[in-house]
Amino acid sequence: MTTKIENVSRRNFLKNSAIGAGSLVLATGLPGFNLAMAAFPSPIEGAGVLNLFVAIEADNRVRIVCHRSEMGQGIRTGIPQVLADELDVDWSMVDVVQGFANPGYGSQNTDGSRSIRRFFTTMRQMGASARMMLEQAAAEKWGVPVDQVRGKQGYVHHVSSDRKLSYGELASAAAKLTPPQTDSLVLKPASEFTLIGKGLAPVDIDDMLDGSAVYGQDVQLEGMLYASIERCPVVGQKVKSHDKAGAMKVNGVRDVMVMPEQPDAPAFHPLNGVAVLADNTWSALQGRKALKVEWSDSLHQQHDSANYMSTLVERVGQPGKVIRTRGDVKGAFDGADAVVKATYQVPYLVHAQMEPPAATAVVSEKHCEIWACTQTPQSTQQNVAQALGLQPEQVKVNVTLLGGGFGRKSKPDFSVEAALLARHTGKPVKVVWSREDDIQHGYYHAASAQRFEAAVNKDGSVVGWLQRTAFPSISWTFTGTVDEPQDGELSLGFGDVPFAVNAMQCESQKAEGHVRIGWMRSVSNIQHAFAQGAFVDEMAAATGKTPHAMWHALLGEDRIVDPTAEGFGYGNYGDPADVYPIDIARMKRVLDEVVKQSGADKSTGDNEGWGISVHRSFVSYVAVACKVRVEQGKVSVLELHSAIDCGTVVNPDRVRSQQEGSMLFGLSIALMGEISLEGGKVKQSNYHDYPVTRYHQSPMIKTYIIASDAPPGGVGEPGTPPVAASVVNAIYHASGRRIRTLPVNKTLSV
Amino acid sequence: MISFTLNGKKQQVDADPAMPLLWALRDLLGLTGTKFGCGIAQCGACTVHLDGQAVRSCALPVSAISGKAITTIEGLNSDLGEALKAAWKAHNVPQCGYCQAGQLMNASAMLANNPNPSDAQIDANMQGNICRCGTYPRIKAALHDVIAQQPAEG
Ligand code: FES
Ligand code: FES
Repeated sequence: MTTKIENVSRRNFLKNSAIGAGSLVLATGLPGFNLAMAAFPSPIEGAGVLNLFVAIEADNRVRIVCHRSEMGQGIRTGIPQVLADELDVDWSMVDVVQGFANPGYGSQNTDGSRSIRRFFTTMRQMGASARMMLEQAAAEKWGVPVDQVRGKQGYVHHVSSDRKLSYGELASAAAKLTPPQTDSLVLKPASEFTLIGKGLAPVDIDDMLDGSAVYGQDVQLEGMLYASIERCPVVGQKVKSHDKAGAMKVNGVRDVMVMPEQPDAPAFHPLNGVAVLADNTWSALQGRKALKVEWSDSLHQQHDSANYMSTLVERVGQPGKVIRTRGDVKGAFDGADAVVKATYQVPYLVHAQMEPPAATAVVSEKHCEIWACTQTPQSTQQNVAQALGLQPEQVKVNVTLLGGGFGRKSKPDFSVEAALLARHTGKPVKVVWSREDDIQHGYYHAASAQRFEAAVNKDGSVVGWLQRTAFPSISWTFTGTVDEPQDGELSLGFGDVPFAVNAMQCESQKAEGHVRIGWMRSVSNIQHAFAQGAFVDEMAAATGKTPHAMWHALLGEDRIVDPTAEGFGYGNYGDPADVYPIDIARMKRVLDEVVKQSGADKSTGDNEGWGISVHRSFVSYVAVACKVRVEQGKVSVLELHSAIDCGTVVNPDRVRSQQEGSMLFGLSIALMGEISLEGGKVKQSNYHDYPVTRYHQSPMIKTYIIASDAPPGGVGEPGTPPVAASVVNAIYHASGRRIRTLPVNKTLSV
Repeated sequence: MISFTLNGKKQQVDADPAMPLLWALRDLLGLTGTKFGCGIAQCGACTVHLDGQAVRSCALPVSAISGKAITTIEGLNSDLGEALKAAWKAHNVPQCGYCQAGQLMNASAMLANNPNPSDAQIDANMQGNICRCGTYPRIKAALHDVIAQQPAEG
């Protein structure tokens, strides 16, 4: 990415000529930066705004913008940490400022485990640029050449005298300078990093522990109404009629509004429904209970997830669309001594992040302001603008803390709801989703079936490999018509299978959409890594190898794997293959490390067993070892170990916490996650019937980080995919029982 | 009008007696540190103290608190509360942080009642508080630190 850094405060002096002239802070071809929505109003009294991301006040407080959303991954610490290192300030000087939605920052879509890997270099450049401007300002003040001054820990020093000036003293002069050209920026060598690589505490930790942190659910505005919405039980239903009399009688209820009817493809639109607006959340919820709504028919009201799964299982038993092929697959299977086959199933899943969605809106004729726990502020801005008939620049989006996201809050539907209701009432409105709303009206992780077959010879060699997958596509959500997995989804752990088998084929099968399908932490890697990792263990048993040896045999020689050479439109998480190749040596390193550290190759007590799995996702590599005990039909997970190679690490403590969290997320999927539908309606409604891992089910967890100076990879998601396979493999080694259908609690109690 | 003690101070609230304390705290009194996670006493996010005992405020009608003492996360400043917060900080426990008020309120009531709980007692006590981010290993470590600082029994 080429980055051109521009000085916001200086541009403000140029007034009209600069704004909209296409000269961007991040020259990435995105629309221009909107000064009215800069996190730093420019100029700030007594302060120097050095670029979009840094302002320094006279008292030496350094304000750094985090333009990505904080949902527990620690990005409000990580992004400023990188910038502050190159700026060369003490961490105690830094205040973090949350950026509004503004395309000038570049992408703010906090998903795909990409905040650090896409902005690591940019943040370093922003820090270095600001430091060089401060150095230049000092050099000019002292009348010395700029190469005789050096910015360090909040001061610019003159190297040959003991003169020094604080950044705060220099900031307003520096802010008037032209930022250096990007190619003249001098970045630190890694050996001089002072903050990158440190496990700094999350910047919001005090607020999180004393109750003062503000999440989407916590926003309160003067004169605000609280809204609760009765949404169509089946996707595609419309409000046929409604009776609001009962609701209006509830104490505190002010209004009832039928939500504007939405197009058939769900996309990011609110679901059809009826909203109750009240003086407080409780009244809104009570009023909603007293509503009577009749719904129209929907194409999806026959949808039954059990029947649907049978159809998917049937389809993956039939030849599908070939997406990648190598060698003579038919010949390999025909000529082999034996064929090992297995079919795997993963149900629909939902995010169930701790904070149900919530958004607050104020709307006037030409302006809208939103406060939301959103992972995608710019998409919120665009969708709200569209719904209100405004321009995006007329919509200001404030990003609160997120009480978890996991992909659910990438969808701006709840902000659009708030905006529509605020316009209708002329008052500020907060839309509060209940837990039932969240579980029953989600953007679900796709249900899936997968078929794996391997041709094996008597000597234990694997000569043929076939894998087939079927699941409804996220693209269905946006089109209402797409009826098969897309390359983007097949790129997530399926078409990028890294195995060294001479004859290999990957196929996909059709699957129609009936519910809103969305991204959930690690997306299609969930089902792909489950099936693949479980099947490798089955192959080990079939060929008499240890699972560790089987992985090595399948991974083969150290090499770079290029799925595009075999016909697959591989996405590589949007990253270039030369910078982020599929590197077999790195897969083997995490695998070997986790086996060594955990002792997964050692013997266990009675009824205990180890399971392992390894997976590359979001251009990082994670291997997991899981130890379980199975007794009297009950499985207890005793230990979960992971080794991660995510390249350069910015904050090792947050890498560890993300590994812990993403593994426990994977454990919930493995043991107990299931959304099922009958008559097109979701059967589950709250944590009692959509259970997630609880305290007593949380095993001992260990994380091993592989030291690496490779470019940074993803961290938030890669820990999830290998877990489910490691769990069912461990159950097999503890009990001899193969579980191929998730969740485990269909078979064993947990 | 219901009168009670809130974080050590006299408080009155004019609410439908059936309204759960959670919404009275959040919407009527502006104390948003107590979180909404499930509304049916399943997740623990809304945990507060009622006369020192941990209760789920989403399932407690305000009519039940008349004359009682309520402590919320905003008022958790006993020595034990501070010790717990310090241990939470030492282990960088929070991820998103949304469940942590409930975790702290639950843990502080547990330890106030029994400074040296067994692992089985901790499991039984803490399993009502969901953390979807998966901070349990760190909660466990932080709790054990605080328990180790408690004076031994007897
Ligand atoms: S909100 Fe009260 S227990 Fe979940
Ligand atoms: S820290 Fe996010 S739910 Fe516990």
